[in-house]
Amino acid sequence: MSETLPRDTATTGPGETDDVLVRVSDLVKYFPVRGGGLISRTVAHVQAVDGVSLTIGRGQTIGLVGETGCGKSTLARCIAGLIPTTSGTVTFEGHNITNLPRRQMQPYRREIQMIFQDPYGSLNPRRRVGSIIGDPFAVHKTASGSKRKRAVQELMERVGLNPEHFNRYPAEFSGGQRQRIGVARALALRPKLIICDEPVSALDVSIQAQVLNLLADLQADYGLSYLFIAHDLEVVRHVSDSVVVMYLGRIAEAGPKDPVYDAPRHPYTNALLSAAPAADPEAAASRQRIILTGDVPSPINPPSGCRFHPRCPKAQELCSQQDPPLEVKAGDPSTHVTACHFPVQEGEVLARSGRTSGGQPR
Amino acid sequence: MSISEIEFQASTVEDAPAEGIQGRSQWALTWRRLRRDKLAVASMIVIVLIAACAIAAPAFAALVGHAPNTVYPNTGLSASGGPVSPGTHGFFLGTDELGRDLFVRIVYGAQISLFVGIITTLIATVAGVSLGLITGYFGGWVDGILARFIDSVLAFPYIVLALSLAVVFGPSLPIVIGVISFFSWAGISRVVRGQALSIKEREYIEAARSLGAGPWRIMFIDILPNLLAPVLVLATLSIPAAITFEATLDYLGLGVPPPTATWGNILSGAQSYYSVAWWYLVFPALALVITTIAFNLLGDGVRDAMDPRTERVFAAGRRKRKKRTPATDTPTPQLPDPPRQAMPPTA
Repeated sequence: MSETLPRDTATTGPGETDDVLVRVSDLVKYFPVRGGGLISRTVAHVQAVDGVSLTIGRGQTIGLVGETGCGKSTLARCIAGLIPTTSGTVTFEGHNITNLPRRQMQPYRREIQMIFQDPYGSLNPRRRVGSIIGDPFAVHKTASGSKRKRAVQELMERVGLNPEHFNRYPAEFSGGQRQRIGVARALALRPKLIICDEPVSALDVSIQAQVLNLLADLQADYGLSYLFIAHDLEVVRHVSDSVVVMYLGRIAEAGPKDPVYDAPRHPYTNALLSAAPAADPEAAASRQRIILTGDVPSPINPPSGCRFHPRCPKAQELCSQQDPPLEVKAGDPSTHVTACHFPVQEGEVLARSGRTSGGQPR
Repeated sequence: MSISEIEFQASTVEDAPAEGIQGRSQWALTWRRLRRDKLAVASMIVIVLIAACAIAAPAFAALVGHAPNTVYPNTGLSASGGPVSPGTHGFFLGTDELGRDLFVRIVYGAQISLFVGIITTLIATVAGVSLGLITGYFGGWVDGILARFIDSVLAFPYIVLALSLAVVFGPSLPIVIGVISFFSWAGISRVVRGQALSIKEREYIEAARSLGAGPWRIMFIDILPNLLAPVLVLATLSIPAAITFEATLDYLGLGVPPPTATWGNILSGAQSYYSVAWWYLVFPALALVITTIAFNLLGDGVRDAMDPRTERVFAAGRRKRKKRTPATDTPTPQLPDPPRQAMPPTA
């Protein structure tokens, strides 16, 4: 009925199509859980990311959404090379950069930068702003002395900070300004990909828009690609070209943003979208609200089959036995993939009352 | 590159106090608070005076016309052959049993005390900070080995080591400095390790790693500046400890050998004469007590000026505020405030 995503092409070496910047294939990250006692041994694994594949195109923005603890940030850190992966590969412009030693990773660090969630925690409180933004130049030895200072001041001006303030400490700036400092630091080496790990979730709504617009301007100017992690669905819709929905370490649904937002196939995506507050009160009143029961299961011992089945309003016997493949469902464009045995049809009522068809007990 | 970075930071630290309101660096604030602390300012003045005395010791000796290790049997000893009391024959603080000028010996003793106190603190701080950063940052087996080593140093009876070293090599100033340094770094190291362990989990350290910064750069440029406050306090408090330690070793005959004038040596000589010559014991003991108290009070002042408590309150408030923001849309039942309602408006 449908074709699976061509996962195996992810292993193609240099010479693959030019418009793919980063290709993540079958990435797995397990964190060991050590038991107590004198000689601690691994008693279990937190399956933070379990077989995720995605591609990031040049100049594209991929939105990554999901509940807290679904592995979004772990995936981002694996791509950025901050934590070693358990298995799977990450390629950058066709070069395999999975688990490279620090020195060999260095040239790719210049291409992949990160913006962090916490504008307070991500800037060293004991260093001056000029020194923080100048850090990338110092680490990569690309500019020093007055040249570095000039570069730092240009960057500050570019992200909307007063270049005169380079001698101040982070504590002297507001949250939005601090996030601009983080953006300037990420931008310093002119990277090709910036991983934004919930860059605006700690900011006021009015400031969020400013930072998002800044990111959009920078993308237009420098042809940046973004991997944009957020749990605010409207923010993701605003900035992204495509969306990846993660649940418990796996991709539930992925595709261009319009099909995913307008005709979500996975019950989890439906639930997420229905939970987002709508600006239009009439639309909010008319739409169905899918309330998920229970908590996200433990990633140490994830449910069998489809990981969403204990909370899914449509779950059936098959769901607890067979892991649904990520595939294109009937009537969807070939880029829109869903991992569900019983994808939601258009106009289907998914509210809690609809949970009659042999649904799993809570 | 990293050297220039450190220099850059050092220069900013130096000129920070001069910038007034604009700079508002940690150091400017600390300095401003320290200046308002009368006890700390008084301690600083006392320390500066003692240091000036120590530096000017030869000048003092020339002024009174007495060398520190020369005996003056004609003027410095009484008719019965005992030490002369303060004020006689130009001996301000009297003499010891050999007829040496106690005042000159005490100011020369200050040289040794301050020198040993500062040198051992420098050695112990550099070693303690480096090893603490390495163990705290790298963790794993490096941490395991060094942490056990720190534990054993802290548990080691220092007199035993000093005694055996003095026996093998003969008592001398380098041995004293070595022994004191060896027993001073471990405490600093342990504090630094604990701080490094917590700081390395901060997001800005992850940011530095994502830029490609290496472990040494992260340790000394990103973590170290955050540790300077506790290290400065520890170092200030380690100077008086080292001074007392040195005097103890001298007193026990394990330190700088006599006739060199040190406070410990003078006190050691005084123990059989204090019943006939109170000044022989009181003045060197006063010098030791005043110096250690001054350094301890300054250390307390620095700690208060750094004010880790205020900082912790700020940090906690910030964290709380951030956590509260997403929760504001769930209305929490507000308890009425009966005392305020019951209170009639006061005229």
